[in-house]
Amino acid sequence: MAEQLYQRDVYGAALVKLGSLDKNIVVLDADLSSSTRTNLFAKQFPDRFFNCGVAEQNMMATAAGLASCGKTVFVSTFAVFASGRAWDQVRVSISYNNFNVKIVATHAGITVGPDGASHQALEDIALMRVLANMNIIVPCDAAQTEDAVMAAADNPGPFYIRLGRSKVPTIENKGEFKFGQAQLLTEGNDVTIAACGMMVTQALLAAKNLAAKGIKARLINIHTIRPLDKAIILKAAKETKLIIACEEHNIIGGLASSIDEVVAENFPVKVIRVGVRNRFGQSGEPEELLKEYNLSSLDIEKAVLANIS
Amino acid sequence: MANKQLTPEELAAQARQIRRLIIQMLAQAGSGHPGGSLSATDLITALYFNVLRFNPGDPQWPDRDRFHMSKGHCCPLWYAVLAQSGYFPKEKLFTLRQFGSMLQGHPDRKTPGVESASGSLGQGLSIALGMSLAAKVDKKDYRVYVLLGDGEVQEGNIWEAAMACAHFSCSNLCAILDFNGCQIDGRCQDIMGVEPLAAKWQAFGWQVIEINGHDMRQILAAYDQAKTIKNKPTIIIARTVKGKGVSFMEGVVGFHGRAPTQEEAQRALKELE
Repeated sequence: MAEQLYQRDVYGAALVKLGSLDKNIVVLDADLSSSTRTNLFAKQFPDRFFNCGVAEQNMMATAAGLASCGKTVFVSTFAVFASGRAWDQVRVSISYNNFNVKIVATHAGITVGPDGASHQALEDIALMRVLANMNIIVPCDAAQTEDAVMAAADNPGPFYIRLGRSKVPTIENKGEFKFGQAQLLTEGNDVTIAACGMMVTQALLAAKNLAAKGIKARLINIHTIRPLDKAIILKAAKETKLIIACEEHNIIGGLASSIDEVVAENFPVKVIRVGVRNRFGQSGEPEELLKEYNLSSLDIEKAVLANIS
Repeated sequence: MANKQLTPEELAAQARQIRRLIIQMLAQAGSGHPGGSLSATDLITALYFNVLRFNPGDPQWPDRDRFHMSKGHCCPLWYAVLAQSGYFPKEKLFTLRQFGSMLQGHPDRKTPGVESASGSLGQGLSIALGMSLAAKVDKKDYRVYVLLGDGEVQEGNIWEAAMACAHFSCSNLCAILDFNGCQIDGRCQDIMGVEPLAAKWQAFGWQVIEINGHDMRQILAAYDQAKTIKNKPTIIIARTVKGKGVSFMEGVVGFHGRAPTQEEAQRALKELE
């Protein structure tokens, strides 16, 4: 079994690293710093950390004000609040201004688990994806979380980075991270499986099981949702004719929709969506929920077998 | 940077010029918001001509004082003041709201001197808070000013920010509340009462200064007093008249968001001679 780590632990450590490299880094949180792990930065750099309390709208617009003065601002809270609660502040004060505000949202997706539906962000990618200027990264594991944070710090403009609550296994041999460039994890021409975030692990398992059945799946880790790596998607569409899009998100508006838009305009092929089918979540352990919401490796495998010609 | 100090009489004359420009721009544009632009004219004229530290030749000068207009629909006032302060030629004002203009219907960063977009109410006090915190982080002595509307304080975000500005002891931050008593649908007191404003802001931990927002001496004294307070943000609650300076616009709710016709503009300009 691969090493299991919290993405947010790596995020907290990466912030500390950034903080010592760059005095312009400022961090905001909304009373969740021990969960998002921005508390690591707060401890090291108390003068550059501001806890905004339970007031996400103010936090987002404050981040914009700091950015207007040349700061690179990392702002963290849970994904439901970062995307939904303060969406208009993100839209007008951050995205429209094209400011250097890096929203790092933790506790995204159904695997939040026992906290239940109100806390399980299944819409956040959709909400952020419709904003002009916004860049979106959904790292697949802890190591990639650091890559994503560094990419956000290095590239100008607003970012949304989506992290989970639970530990995730580290995915080996995925090659170098390049912002905006998806990663080919397995070669194959029978079907393409495209995944992001923790679903990459499920997709890898599915690809392994399919290989045992003689089906060679091309697995792509689409860590950057915006800007989307259109080339790798179109190549896959042309060469495999079938794409299974896997995400811990509503099937509307997220990764699958991004892929749909690219193939529909350029090279229409069938895209099957493995995601939450337009329902709210509920309490439960992550494993139970992945099964209930048809997000397990078995569900990916089934989707392939049902649609492959 | 600033700025020859004007006398109250000279400021009043400058404000009259700016009111004329506002009327002309809006009549030319055919849409926009005269009422709140005219009610805040004296406050913002005094701020730019006697208080604010800036350099129109270098809008990004790091040590500049910051001003942000949270009630973004009153940008005709902002644009006129920026032009009169030397940020761009006056002729540009007459491109307001036109396709391709740097003077958008609501503030946009493509206008020299505009620090941040606004237009969705309630966010600007938070923007100012961010600017104030940046000064703290950088140990700079610039000050931050932000203009709020009275209808605007119905937004919840304002009170989140009010709490935070006091919590972070932002003594370098001064909010200016244009208390003209009107909003789009009618009188604030009828639509959604905002009083008692002074008590609310005091309770949130602010220094509150109440003035007549059309009396230059009171305005200048308020800006001076704001600078003296330690460990608290200041709000200047300025009693104003919506549409001030144009008799047929004064206190008329309908001129919140309707531009004067050419004929109305002529009458208004005559009054503002």
